[in-house]
Amino acid sequence: MIALGLEGSANKLGIGLISHPSPTSPPIILANLRHTYISPPGAGFLPKDTAAHHRAWVIRLIKRCLQQSSLRPSDIACIAFTKGPGMGAPLTAVAVAARTVALLWDKPLIPVNHCVGHIEMGRAITGAENPVVLYVSGGNTQVIAYSCQRYRIFGEALDIAVGNCLDRFARTLAISNDPAPGYNIEQLAKRGKRLLDLPYTVKGMDASFSGILAAVDALAGRVLAEEESKRLRDEESGELVTVEDLCFSLQETVFAMLVEITERAMAHVGSQQVLIVGGVGCNERLQEMMGLMAKERGGSVYATDERFCIDNGIMIAHAGLLAFESGVKDGLDDSTCTQRFRTDAVHIKWRD
Amino acid sequence: MTLTTAAVTTAHTLPPPFTSPTSPPLDLRVQGAESLLYKTTLLTPSLPCALKYRPPKAYRHATLDRRLTKARLLAEARVLVRCRRDGVTVPGVLGADWETGWIALEWVEGRTVREVLDGVYHVREHRDAQSAEEKEGKEGIEGIEKQLLGLMRKVGVAVGKLHSVGVCHGDLTTSNLMLRPRKKKRTTHPGHDAAEAAEAAEADIAMEALRDAQAQEPEPEQELDGDVVLIDFGLANQTVQDEDKAVDLYVLERAFGSTHPQAEHLFQEVLNAYGENYKAGQTVLRKLDQVRMRGRKKSMLG
Repeated sequence: MIALGLEGSANKLGIGLISHPSPTSPPIILANLRHTYISPPGAGFLPKDTAAHHRAWVIRLIKRCLQQSSLRPSDIACIAFTKGPGMGAPLTAVAVAARTVALLWDKPLIPVNHCVGHIEMGRAITGAENPVVLYVSGGNTQVIAYSCQRYRIFGEALDIAVGNCLDRFARTLAISNDPAPGYNIEQLAKRGKRLLDLPYTVKGMDASFSGILAAVDALAGRVLAEEESKRLRDEESGELVTVEDLCFSLQETVFAMLVEITERAMAHVGSQQVLIVGGVGCNERLQEMMGLMAKERGGSVYATDERFCIDNGIMIAHAGLLAFESGVKDGLDDSTCTQRFRTDAVHIKWRD
Repeated sequence: MTLTTAAVTTAHTLPPPFTSPTSPPLDLRVQGAESLLYKTTLLTPSLPCALKYRPPKAYRHATLDRRLTKARLLAEARVLVRCRRDGVTVPGVLGADWETGWIALEWVEGRTVREVLDGVYHVREHRDAQSAEEKEGKEGIEGIEKQLLGLMRKVGVAVGKLHSVGVCHGDLTTSNLMLRPRKKKRTTHPGHDAAEAAEAAEADIAMEALRDAQAQEPEPEQELDGDVVLIDFGLANQTVQDEDKAVDLYVLERAFGSTHPQAEHLFQEVLNAYGENYKAGQTVLRKLDQVRMRGRKKSMLG
């Protein structure tokens, strides 16, 4: 069976085509296209502009997907789309496109939870069977483990998501949002040396990032001060603190927090595997730190590259097809989308 | 909740003085996310102690790792010393080194409340299966439930006492509550208990704990008799806010409900005793109602 997936919960518009040849064999990716709305440095992506971007690109991307895979609409079994969570306007724009295509080709519509899409795609790509999942992106930070047909949330961000913290710090520094603000912070952090003191806020399996953002923003104000005499200096060496040092310190601190809450969840549920999904999951330093933790516990870490970590249509197609095969069907009237949609609200019919 | 037994492949090397060939044997009891808990002895072979070791984390930047280990270890030690001084039943601190990351605590005999409850309800299920008709068995169970209510009261009083001295546990579960069998004779020295700075009085505390340990000959065991001792203060903090205290109770209530569903109806007794024995308890209980409504920010299932 083949499914078309449409994703547009944030600034990426993703269209993907996936095939599940049989229940036992791995899925085949037929097409996985993405177009990202990139806002100018110092600015975030606004819902209105992002929705306009998605509307402008969605038809082109669907057509290219069909061309690339040499498929006709009649080959497709169902249309999967992101029901939520995400930004309202972009979600609606893509949902309207999904409904239109479903009516045009007379296909069933399958609503997909964005977080479940990430988890299922991560499992399919890495082959991790029953891992503790760290889902980290611009809008979500959750530590998840599977139990009794639900992805249960053991820990999460109490305020802003970790990706949001990084994105907003990139705005403070006014660095480029191309290809992604987090990627550019990662590159700067590679050249950082000094670890500055930032708040470290872990509460059991939960974490908080807004205080850290405020603290690092305040430090950035001093690092970027116009007069050199007012700029922040290292207490020991007397050298000027650099933007690279700030990025390094921010990454080291927030990633240590993420690894800590993941380790606590692993100890709690007794799991040895950890899977990282979501846009922040592409960060190689985070993957490295998680690997060191997993090694100490005698386990292993599973991560994917940017094609599957960053929002994409293929994961929506994959999770949608899993649901469709297990008998989920949604009428046109029910094909709504919602900004708030908890990971644990989805009944995972396709797992034991 | 943070401590669970799990298989580990990495063998940890403890810092001195625990590495010397003459040091007493270490028995790894629990491996948590942050620390390893060993049972050993300190100073003399007759002084049992719980050694909690926070190994360095390779994934964390060394500076950050040292900062966190020091802050957390000191926070735990300070909270315990304060609790002990103010008469909350917690294990005494025997010694600590925040540079290498270990803290030695008085060994608490007995079982966790979780084990006690599991034991009671396991027996109950067993009996029910054997003779569902027999009245005697059921009356026996009612008798046990009466005793359990007494235990619940003790838990409520202990948590109330903890909150009255301005400390929140941060991770209240039935695994972090111990039921220690009563000692025949207890030599306590109120006011002398680790009141002075932990560092200076370390030897004194050790001596006292040693006396305690020697005086410890449990009476013929009565199933649910004993003192409730609070343990594992790794996430504790000092606070004056009712909100924090209400969250503490909420965490315990949730843990109770998910770990001991059969005993859920007994939990109200914890809150009753808490409200009756802790002056500001009623205000916290009202706050607890609000916290329950909120249930963090979400619709959690399960």
